[in-house]
Amino acid sequence: MAVVPMVRIQATDFDVAAEIALLTQGRADVGAVVTFTGLCRDEAGSLAALELEHYPGMAEAEITRIANEALARWPLAGITAIHRFGKIRPGENIVLVVAASRHRQAAFEAASFLMDYLKSRAPFWKKEHLIDGSEGSWVDAKESDDAAAARWAKS
Amino acid sequence: MTKLIYFAWVRERIGKAEEEVELPADVKTVRELLLWLKSRGEEFESALQHPEVIRVAINQEHVDHREPIGGAREIALFPPMTGG
Repeated sequence: MAVVPMVRIQATDFDVAAEIALLTQGRADVGAVVTFTGLCRDEAGSLAALELEHYPGMAEAEITRIANEALARWPLAGITAIHRFGKIRPGENIVLVVAASRHRQAAFEAASFLMDYLKSRAPFWKKEHLIDGSEGSWVDAKESDDAAAARWAKS
Repeated sequence: MTKLIYFAWVRERIGKAEEEVELPADVKTVRELLLWLKSRGEEFESALQHPEVIRVAINQEHVDHREPIGGAREIALFPPMTGG
């Protein structure tokens, strides 16, 4: 049976253990599960929250396209991507990727690939809200994120 | 009519999230669309000052600036993405 990626865009938090269970319960052929969780980080002690804006419809469609590309490249038993939107405070979850496979190599690589592409192609934008009540700036895109995605290009 | 949608600082500078427009007949590519929009007033001039950095999606798929826009129902303009 073809594996269908599970992609969700939601305001609420997610439960990592529950998402792993959805990919593994009731089957005995999964030998490896890799999860990546991205959290809201405050480096300067001045951040109250990040506000994540997204393009409804395209966000789901683009992450599903990337997840399907991962399914075509690695032998996976399942793949999940959850991305939150709205106001997220430092320490809270933003994004989750889960990749399940028979062996660890495929699970590690697929999770890494999905995150690298998601960062440079999924239509989300972060705006800072500062502790002093002021509106901070929009987070700038990093060239290192484009470079991280480019390393997966097929030669 | 074509639906234009704006996100993040492009939306803030233009001052609206979306609009329906009748595109002039000589606007055939994404690049021509960006240049035409830029001429529509101060807000657009401010948002599209550097058109080369603006990312564009047609019918919810990424396209480059050479892409023809014929038949597009929905065109979105936004800054480079910063999700994840």
